[in-house]
Amino acid sequence: MVQERPLPTFSPATVHLTREEGLLLYEDMVLGRTFEDKCAEMYYRGKMFGFVHLYNGQEAVSTGVIKGALRPGIDYVCSTYRDHVHALSAGVSPREVMAELFGKVTGCSKGRGGSMHLFSARQRFLGGYAFVAEGIPVAAGAAFQTKYRREVLGDTQADEVTACFFGDGACNNGQFFETLNMAALWRLPIIFVVENNQWAIGMAHQRATSDPHIYKKASVFNMVGVEVDGMDVLAVREVAREAVARARLGEGPTLIEALTYRFRGHSLADPDELRSKEEKEFWLSRDPIKRLGSFLVEQELATNQDLQAIHQKVKQIVEDAVAFAEQSPEPSPDELWRYVYAED
Amino acid sequence: MAEMFMFNALRSAIDEEMERDPRVFVLGEDVGHYGGSYKVTKDLYKKYGELRLLDTPICENSFTGLAIGAAMTGLRPIVEGMNMGFLLLAFNQIANNAGMLRYTSGGNFTIPIVIRGPGGVGRQLGAEHSQRLEAYFQAVPGLKIVACSTPYNAKGLLKSAIRDNNPVLFFEHVLLYNLKQDIPEEEYLLPLDKAELVQPGEEVTILTYSRMRHHVLQALPELERRGIYPEVIDLISLRPLDWETIGASVRKTHRVVVVEECMKTGGIGAEIAAGIMERLFDELDAPVVRLSSQDVPTPYNGTLERLTIVQPEQIVQTVTDLVRGRI
Repeated sequence: MVQERPLPTFSPATVHLTREEGLLLYEDMVLGRTFEDKCAEMYYRGKMFGFVHLYNGQEAVSTGVIKGALRPGIDYVCSTYRDHVHALSAGVSPREVMAELFGKVTGCSKGRGGSMHLFSARQRFLGGYAFVAEGIPVAAGAAFQTKYRREVLGDTQADEVTACFFGDGACNNGQFFETLNMAALWRLPIIFVVENNQWAIGMAHQRATSDPHIYKKASVFNMVGVEVDGMDVLAVREVAREAVARARLGEGPTLIEALTYRFRGHSLADPDELRSKEEKEFWLSRDPIKRLGSFLVEQELATNQDLQAIHQKVKQIVEDAVAFAEQSPEPSPDELWRYVYAED
Repeated sequence: MAEMFMFNALRSAIDEEMERDPRVFVLGEDVGHYGGSYKVTKDLYKKYGELRLLDTPICENSFTGLAIGAAMTGLRPIVEGMNMGFLLLAFNQIANNAGMLRYTSGGNFTIPIVIRGPGGVGRQLGAEHSQRLEAYFQAVPGLKIVACSTPYNAKGLLKSAIRDNNPVLFFEHVLLYNLKQDIPEEEYLLPLDKAELVQPGEEVTILTYSRMRHHVLQALPELERRGIYPEVIDLISLRPLDWETIGASVRKTHRVVVVEECMKTGGIGAEIAAGIMERLFDELDAPVVRLSSQDVPTPYNGTLERLTIVQPEQIVQTVTDLVRGRI
């Protein structure tokens, strides 16, 4: 089962991309990859615990949607349990994310959340959700809030779009169908982004889904559905921009199915025994970071030295995040009860 | 003062709060055009429009999740469960997200949401529509649970629940909607965490809530005839429990009967009995007695249904036995 479904084609020649945009996308993907590799190292060194789900391979989706099509910190982003890189793309600082993974009080969830529960009100990052699909209706609620502010409260500035990420496994859950129905019915300003990495732990997508073409499920809700090569950040950026524009114009939601792949196992505790070597190699050869790097050099938007400099810069950022996390204090035992209820 | 049915008192609470704060909106099945299955939101959509009285499709978990997302981002939703039992389908969103999300987010987000609707054992509605749910929810951290019992307290409590910055599960009782009472014309709010002293008394404390308050009141004349004057406390707040009021009463009477509609196993009464053991053991002259409903799915048959929940005559007998030292 290397690949039965053809990847949609996309011609980067049609893309208008400036050097600044290209380097921004590149840096965000490198940050995602480097951060996750460091997480693996820290996990095996006993600095972080529990379940840790890494995003390696899927960077083009987070970067293409959030950095490529949204206004980070203004628009809303809702994630899944595989949430580190979505948080980083949304602008949550690597220090705060790493500190959270270390369980420190300086973490973005004050050490109460951990890997699957990253949050940042400041960056309008609505969270990581550990139960599959439960973030989907929450994201729709944020989108409803924007519509409500505009139409009930008369706030003409209210034009935020919510990006809601989830995996192929979530698309067999009722909350997916229930929420798509409401979002289409009320034309909510939301884009649903399925990261179809084809495996829900050890359940192959084809074994779980009667029709594996997830984007087609949009049609029954009278919604636009598109598939995109999720290993190509420029392709993702393009469809996300179109979807965001539709949402902002009040034309309703879009379902984007990004065909992608996780290079590592489901979590760091997953022995990853089921996926074939051939399958992994096929997808590794489509590494989205190498792909954008080659494109930038070919188009003379960047040199190899520019790209090297980004890798160096990101390495420093991630080292700094680790040092910050290590030096940060644990939450105070006196504050075990803090945040159970709102402080009045 | 104006005499009001309980459903109207609740409607008036929602109307006043929606008028006061434009961020307050109601969503749920049939809350708009239909006016709510017990008419708590009747005609409000004509005043506030269809976005503020949002008729949802039948998808409890997802519309509850949508309300949570709206609450996280600045609105103040009221979710109506057409029947609170249906909200078992929303247990994921209520427990994981409404209850815990403030904590797991390290205080990043508040969830000012009210989840309200009819619950309790009705009249031959069958098991699924006649559930005793409070025990299922009492263990969820981060939730407040309130049970109203009269038109007066229903209005004041619901207004406070809507203004509270925490998720509040607000239980109404399906058989109390047509209860009538005089309600003040002027605005009033009642605290969510305070029990209500229904009747001061001596020798024994009866702790109750929701519809069972009225069964207890029905038992009082016969108890008085027998020379027994219990202190009656309506708990109102099931989470957190008002231990100050409970403690003061137990220190006075030294005997406790819990009268609840909740199931006995793992119920609110079980929590109260254990709490009294931990806090007030030395004050007790007798073991805490629990009068709870039977651990069965509520039967359809009227006779069996009556046997499932606590009846006034049982209260009379148990309280008499306890006061006379037979327990």
